[in-house]
Amino acid sequence: MTDNAPKKKEKKAKGTVFVRKEICKGCSYCIDFCPPRCLDFSPDFNAKGYHYPILSPPEGCTGCGLCGLYCPDFAIYGVKFKDVEKLKQDAADAA
Amino acid sequence: MKADPKGVLTGIHFIDGDQAACEGALAAGCRFAAGYPITPSTEVVERFAGRVPLVGGVFIQLEDELASSIAIQGAAWAGKKVMTVTSGPGLSLMMEHVGFAAFTETPCVFVDVQRGGPSTGLPTAPAQADMMQVRWGSHGDYPMIALSPNSPQECFDLMIEAFNLAEEYRVPVFFMMDEVVGHMIERVEIPEASEIEVTERKWTDKKGKDYLPYEADESLVPAMTKAGDGHRIHITGLTHDERGYPVMNASTQDKLLKRLLGKIEINRDKLVDIREDGVEGADVVVVSFGITSRVAGAAVEMARANGVKVGHLRMIITWPFPSKRIKELAQTVKAFIVPELNMGQMVIEVERAVVSDAEVISIPHAGGTVHEPEVILEKIMEAAR
Amino acid sequence: MSANPDVVMGVEVENPVMPYLRQDRLPHIWCPGCGIGTTVNCFARALTECGLDLDQTAIVSGIGCTGRVAGYLDLDSFHTTHGRAIPFATGLKVGNPDLKVVVYSGDGDLTAIGGNHFVHAARRNMDLLCICVNNFTYGMTGGQCTPTSPVGAKQTTMPYGNFEHPFNLPHLADACGAVYVARWTVYHVKQLTRAMKEGLNKKGFAFIEVLSPCPTLYSRRNRLGDGVDQVKYYKERSKINNDVDTKDLSLEFQGDITVGKFVDRERETWLDAMNNRFTSVIGDKYEPYGVTNGEK
Repeated sequence: MTDNAPKKKEKKAKGTVFVRKEICKGCSYCIDFCPPRCLDFSPDFNAKGYHYPILSPPEGCTGCGLCGLYCPDFAIYGVKFKDVEKLKQDAADAA
Repeated sequence: MKADPKGVLTGIHFIDGDQAACEGALAAGCRFAAGYPITPSTEVVERFAGRVPLVGGVFIQLEDELASSIAIQGAAWAGKKVMTVTSGPGLSLMMEHVGFAAFTETPCVFVDVQRGGPSTGLPTAPAQADMMQVRWGSHGDYPMIALSPNSPQECFDLMIEAFNLAEEYRVPVFFMMDEVVGHMIERVEIPEASEIEVTERKWTDKKGKDYLPYEADESLVPAMTKAGDGHRIHITGLTHDERGYPVMNASTQDKLLKRLLGKIEINRDKLVDIREDGVEGADVVVVSFGITSRVAGAAVEMARANGVKVGHLRMIITWPFPSKRIKELAQTVKAFIVPELNMGQMVIEVERAVVSDAEVISIPHAGGTVHEPEVILEKIMEAAR
Repeated sequence: MSANPDVVMGVEVENPVMPYLRQDRLPHIWCPGCGIGTTVNCFARALTECGLDLDQTAIVSGIGCTGRVAGYLDLDSFHTTHGRAIPFATGLKVGNPDLKVVVYSGDGDLTAIGGNHFVHAARRNMDLLCICVNNFTYGMTGGQCTPTSPVGAKQTTMPYGNFEHPFNLPHLADACGAVYVARWTVYHVKQLTRAMKEGLNKKGFAFIEVLSPCPTLYSRRNRLGDGVDQVKYYKERSKINNDVDTKDLSLEFQGDITVGKFVDRERETWLDAMNNRFTSVIGDKYEPYGVTNGEK
């Protein structure tokens, strides 16, 4: 993308994922069934030789968590920022 | 602790061995039995099915012996004292679960009312031909205990002991009846519950993850828990570590098997239960168990009337085998005579203990009826000559 | 929470499946692309949502790849003998009716060697949730034919393709009297989670069949690609139909798949039937068994 290309409306991620790359077996369930299609194989591989998932592009993530429900290796899960916000609020209220 | 009075039918009864065995189980605290009909054992569960609703337990007739022999183990892990009841063909089907019980250390009693075999054999006639099967029939090496009653009264009394031993050592215990003992009707005296000693399961007092299901003290018997107590245990038939987790390597296997077999080995002297009649100074000793001990007893009396110095050693507990005592006696006895309703099973153990210190004479019998006392008498007379 | 927790916006978060797992046993033994782990995710979510006391929830497995599920779940868990998960679970449930007992095993374990127990537990309406992960093959032993293998599928013991007629498991369960019968695939994670939750809360014999890929054996031998390719096949060829007659649920090799909740009915459980019978015949002398805290 060049500087003078027309700017798209900036998309902001609504959530993110966490990957325990060391236990990923590279099955690509999460990548193929990610509703906003924002996961891809990493160029790197883990100690077992598997390419694990990374957010690509990160701003597409809705935090729906479906990747975590699909992952047969318990190696990825997603969180919604609004849920984290609520957790934070609840913790603050409790304190 | 004392028996729960709910299960104890105190009084004098005129019942057969199968029924007495059922009463023994109820008195011992058995509150779950599963079984599949098979002659000549069925009367045990028939009586249990009628009695247990009033005692506060359950009987379930399952689709086969495979199911029965594992359902009791599920119930044991739910906290119940349990038994299943069968005869030869059913026992053959149960063999895999004997190993599961031994390996997972699930206390349970297998009642085997022996009949003639192999295969369907003689469903309505006696044998004692499952003696080696219970000892060795499940694959792998495993600890177990077997008792051999010879009367309805003993079916009651020894059944309580069978349950107590299963709880104490957490091993499968075999109650080795036979068709004659099972169907013989005699006087059975059932005492007050307060006179019956029952062994409670050794429960852990540890909480949550502090509890390791297979961590044992010097008794080698781990404390047990049950499902629902919050320990979140894992129990597997795979080789496992103290956490109960599968760990499949040679060192874990070695450690586990040595502990499991050790439970019986270190208690062998305590477990051995024999009745001796005139064995000290005897020239000939008849070694017997179960129904054959009654016939052998008659033969011994007849031989004594003929002036022979003959003793009688009757095994109440057949496994573990009383090798030490037989070896001791072999130093002074000329011959051992081993009548049994099979083609020569326990005689192998006698030979193993005696080696070449004395003569060992087998009196095999293919089953279908009991020995004639005269056959045993004849062998005693020959050996004494 | 693990030693190195994930942190987002200053808040520690965790994979929602983790509290239900024996984390000291991970990674698990299942192959890349195997769907069993996906079913475990759904089961963990169902445990969260079902409202049961997990100290009073036990899981029983048989032998095989799916048989290993019990060992990974942080519940009272029993990895029993081949085919005998259902009778062990029967003993556990009847031994302590306060427990919720789940049987979680594979198609070979539950319907071949354990087939007899399956039909009888359904007939008795034993209060169990029975989850069958159906990957159409024996994975642990290297890809042999099972009672659910579709006609034509190649297996090591059917090298020219299976010629035996397979079971239609929902129909079998229905015919034997199961009170809840559903079929989903590992593509249908949300529906499967809901079915597992319903199954956990159902009283009586509830049966859920879950179609799941075995990429290492079934897919490879039949040239069906990776695990994910099978899940894509499930996505493309599955149709949800809750109103179908269960006799029309047969599966053909790589054919259309009907998924859904096919049966949801009420019937007296084994324990209730026993208690009702004894109460009516024996009367006041009979104290109903196992109902002190209510059957769960």
